[in-house]
Amino acid sequence: MIRDITLGQYYQADSVIHKLDPRVKLVATIGFIISLFVVDSWVGYVVAALFLACMIKLSKVPFRYMIKGMKAIVFILMITVVFNLFLTPGEPLFTFWKLTITKEGLRIAVMMAVRLSFLIVGSSLMTLTTTPNSLTDGMEKLMGPLKYVKVPVHEVAMMMSIALRFIPILLEETDKIMKAQIARGADFESGNLIKKAKAMVPLLVPLFISAFRRANDLAMAMEARCYRGGEHRTKMKPLCYKAADRVAYCVLLLYFAGCVAIRVWL
Amino acid sequence: MGIIKTDKLTFEYIRRDEEGNVEGITRAVDEVDLDIRQGDFIAILGHNGSGKSTLAKHINAILYPTEGSVWVDGMDTQDENHLWDIRQEAGMVFQNPDNQIIGQVVEEDVGFGPENMGVPTKEIWERVEESLKAVGMYEYRKHSPNKLSGGQKQRVSIAGVIAMHPKCIILDEPTAMLDPNGRKEVIRAVRALNDVEGITVVLITHYMEEIIHADMVFVMDQGHIAMEGTPREIFSRVDELKELRLDVPQVTLLAYELRQKGVNLPEGILTIEEFTQALLKAAGLA
Amino acid sequence: MSLILDHVNYIYGEDTPLAVHALKDINLVIPDGQFIGLIGHTGSGKSTLVQHLNGLIKPTSGAIYYNGEDVHDGDYDKKKLRSKVGLVFQYPEHQLFEIDVFKDVCFGPKNLGLSQKETELRAYAALKQVGLADEYFYQSPFDLSGGQKRRVAIAGVLAMKPEILILDEPTAGLDPKGRDEILDQIATLKEETGITVILVSHSMEDVAKYVERIIVMNWGSVLFDDVPREVFQHCKELEQVGLAAPQVTYMMQALAEQGMKVDTTVTTIKEAAQEILRVLGK
Repeated sequence: MIRDITLGQYYQADSVIHKLDPRVKLVATIGFIISLFVVDSWVGYVVAALFLACMIKLSKVPFRYMIKGMKAIVFILMITVVFNLFLTPGEPLFTFWKLTITKEGLRIAVMMAVRLSFLIVGSSLMTLTTTPNSLTDGMEKLMGPLKYVKVPVHEVAMMMSIALRFIPILLEETDKIMKAQIARGADFESGNLIKKAKAMVPLLVPLFISAFRRANDLAMAMEARCYRGGEHRTKMKPLCYKAADRVAYCVLLLYFAGCVAIRVWL
Repeated sequence: MGIIKTDKLTFEYIRRDEEGNVEGITRAVDEVDLDIRQGDFIAILGHNGSGKSTLAKHINAILYPTEGSVWVDGMDTQDENHLWDIRQEAGMVFQNPDNQIIGQVVEEDVGFGPENMGVPTKEIWERVEESLKAVGMYEYRKHSPNKLSGGQKQRVSIAGVIAMHPKCIILDEPTAMLDPNGRKEVIRAVRALNDVEGITVVLITHYMEEIIHADMVFVMDQGHIAMEGTPREIFSRVDELKELRLDVPQVTLLAYELRQKGVNLPEGILTIEEFTQALLKAAGLA
Repeated sequence: MSLILDHVNYIYGEDTPLAVHALKDINLVIPDGQFIGLIGHTGSGKSTLVQHLNGLIKPTSGAIYYNGEDVHDGDYDKKKLRSKVGLVFQYPEHQLFEIDVFKDVCFGPKNLGLSQKETELRAYAALKQVGLADEYFYQSPFDLSGGQKRRVAIAGVLAMKPEILILDEPTAGLDPKGRDEILDQIATLKEETGITVILVSHSMEDVAKYVERIIVMNWGSVLFDDVPREVFQHCKELEQVGLAAPQVTYMMQALAEQGMKVDTTVTTIKEAAQEILRVLGK
């Protein structure tokens, strides 16, 4: 079950989006997220939806595959929606028991749901089409100037890329330990919150030990392969903008200008 | 001096209790002298806890001797000026394939070493290509390592080391976590490196069938070298091996048992062909 | 008293494009007191199969009966099933978590709701069964050697007093002596208690030495299910599915090809030695 979470996992395909410079995709993702908060009308969301749909189409990542990885997020989405739905003051729509749904609440809840799901789909599109390595390369390059104010840009980028690589491995491990403890009669499902929290100990202790062991092994393997931080390093895949990347920036700019225009004039 | 040389290499670590007080000192490696020639295939055997992994980590300058010295290609591992040269010349492959692959795509992982060494981009690509071809993983270069089998992952790890153009490669139980087919794949790749590319190989293992082709075998016990010799010499000492918590391939064992019963067979039989020929001769059929 | 698998099918990720038919129409009877070897290459469905036996995975279709009862009936007590069909995973020492060995072994029986006294008695008996010396009982499991950790983990399952004990590659990563010690201990345990043992293994030599029945899996189906002697006669087919017979089988075949009249169905060193001596007239 846990293995079904595909969020952030690279999906191999040969598409225009896959070939774009990671910096473009990073900027685009950030731009897209900002645009979601710039627009506040339904027209705006339709434009955002169209833009996103085009990108998904271009990426050649099956939509079903993307959605499958999102089940875990639905829960968070629900919480946000429910909170907004019931806790926004305004003109009451219906009331039952002590809960009131207001017109404003409904509007904000739906908007939040749309924003959040677009945000998640948009950012997972980036991680689905960009290998973590090139993603971190992109980040490293984009944030490069921060080096001069003593921000360890390379180290942070490396840490992120390693974390991403180990997520599937640790998820699989969680699944395995969970099953092993269930085989010893452990119960992760029933009982109240405190009991459930206590039941996690036999899962979390082995998981942490394993994570530390892996970290230790990996650090040793990296040193054995001459890793010594960002200095002296060359790149196997150095980043340089191509024509397609310039076009992509133009498309992005157009989209963003459109969003601003909608906000201002509609 | 050979490519790898150790002189009275000793490594001790301090055991501490929960409060951090010293409980005692463990000598993991005890006055080991090795001299390994360039181009040899060396196997180091030993039960779990015999000190073989600790010894291996000295060759790559991951650990430093408490006493004694280690030289790789004439460079003392304790000389900090040569640290990166040593790690480049003596590549290392570890036991758990998942815990040594850094890249999320096979080719990116193989490029990791050369990137660290500051190799120019164009040459990195050439090295990645030739290394992946050398271990027969070129067609998987765009794959995610998570989707590969254990044997394939280990071959990628080996490619990652070859891409650094080492003179020798130390494999610390590379097959311990693999199934029999994965083990065969890895051993075949390692032998090819030794035969074709002439890279010195130090293979640490406790699978006896993997060392049959070694030029020289060292057996470790309690931190020191308990036996050394060619595979044939080692395998003729079945009793001693058993005492050191090891065993021999079934063919060697059967020949040994028959000898005990008075059948006239030579010592240290390694392959089925040898066994059959020897037995037919003993039976007067050949 | 037996475990029966009736037309069991299992499909991973059903209804997705990535669906994998992991088990195909499996019919097996596991009677009391057998020592069974389960072999197959990686991905052959062995692990999926053993997880069906203690109810960790529910079959997509087909049924599993333990002592005549369908284990996926609504009111069937799964916890009880898991105590009766003990499953020791690969590298079981990775699931140890308690501060001392004894407490860790108590985890299983405690989960069954047994009294403190019964729990401790069982834990003690289990640790004795795996041959762990008393001096280690109150040490942290993380301070033990690899072989000892593995014994503790096996004891953790034995303490639930299973009637069927499934071990998924109990010797992985151990040195040859450690391997023999664990397997000998399991064989002794089986002799003494009459428990059913299912040994999942990659080593044909080990399987040949200990078990009385071998189940060979290939791409989710049972390829062979017979006594070792018979199964290893099919060494060509075994090779085709990425497996092999024990080396001793090949030796005997090589001798037979050279005209020596030896019985090629022997599967262990001991039998082979006897057979060759017999032919040589010694």
